[in-house]
Amino acid sequence: MKANSSLRAILLAFLGASSLAGCNYTLRQDMANQPRQNTLSPSDLFADGRSERQLIDNTVARGSVENDALFVPKDSNAFPLPITQELLQRGQERYNIFCTPCHGLQGNGQGMVAVRGMKHPPSYHQDRLRQEPNGYIYDVVTNGFGAMYGYSAQIPPRDRWAIIAYVRALQLSRNAHVADLPADLREKLMAQGAAK
Amino acid sequence: MAQIFHRSANFLARFSLFGTVVLGGLALTGVLVVARSPYITNERVSRNQPIQFSHKHHVGDEGIDCRYCHTSVESSAYAGIPPTKTCMNCHSVLFNNVGYLEPLRESYRTDQSIQWVKVHRLADYVYFNHSIHINKGIGCSSCHGSINQMPLVFQASPLTMSWCLDCHRNPQANLRPKDQIFNMDWKAPADQEEAGKQLAAEYKLRTTVELTSCSTCHR
Repeated sequence: MKANSSLRAILLAFLGASSLAGCNYTLRQDMANQPRQNTLSPSDLFADGRSERQLIDNTVARGSVENDALFVPKDSNAFPLPITQELLQRGQERYNIFCTPCHGLQGNGQGMVAVRGMKHPPSYHQDRLRQEPNGYIYDVVTNGFGAMYGYSAQIPPRDRWAIIAYVRALQLSRNAHVADLPADLREKLMAQGAAK
Repeated sequence: MAQIFHRSANFLARFSLFGTVVLGGLALTGVLVVARSPYITNERVSRNQPIQFSHKHHVGDEGIDCRYCHTSVESSAYAGIPPTKTCMNCHSVLFNNVGYLEPLRESYRTDQSIQWVKVHRLADYVYFNHSIHINKGIGCSSCHGSINQMPLVFQASPLTMSWCLDCHRNPQANLRPKDQIFNMDWKAPADQEEAGKQLAAEYKLRTTVELTSCSTCHR
């Protein structure tokens, strides 16, 4: 009986030691794991197991009222922000992050994910999309269209407009005339053309 | 009266003094080495995930930008784990009938979160902030390694305090131009020492004294 219990004690000690070694964080001090919720950590408190709570219906998140000014109806061609070089550059950066996987760097619908089997989106350079108003594009980015899901959770409204400005620039890139350029840029272009 | 101890006891007594110091030192060294080894820091240990998500495929092969999924990395402390909907942007169409993505579709159907296993786990008393590092010229791969080559993500750095301080003492060695932050293949150029100094001035980096102050990371 005595031998049995000491054997059990040894076994327990061994198990304890091995669980200590096997567990990732037990060698750290207690305050490494504080009784608090970290971002996106699970929680027993709520039925869905999330510590992150979703917005209750009809609540307005702080700061989101400012976005009201950026809402443009689907059939309106208004553009709610001043178009600047910074906005276009921001638009290019955001476009390259969120849109190129399918729409491609040139907006022709030949992005890598589309090439790998996603439904090919239409090219921005087709006549229909060139004629659509800005509000239509805003609606598609926000709510999705066809196989494309909405991007309202990933792209804040201001960035959506930056992207729209850049998409318009992409469309212009295939339909601009030399005569549209300012004189100095036109001369530069001509000089480059002559050099080649 | 007979001698109690043999003559060799003199040697044994001296040797045991010496041995205590050496063996004790070795034991202490051993503990410190183990504490810094991947066995404790979990460096280079891949974690199994509820879905065997491959960053190599999505980043390396498809070229998807980090921020497509980790949307809050530039603006918040936390880089953000994408909601199931972000996966469904593509996987509503692509691989939408394969078995290994069933947990994804189930999550989307039932509105239950997928419980991903955290790979980079800092102690709760460290107040790490992604956005300040991104906005001050530290690229993803400086800490996370070549994520674009990892089928399953592992921690590429020890994440020990001394490792953090190595960079906080000399951030110039790792500063990048703004357009290279999300480049997974960035290598420091030959003139990094000079370029780093310029970037540090451009980003208005704080002094080493401030960067290594306790309250910069602990509050």
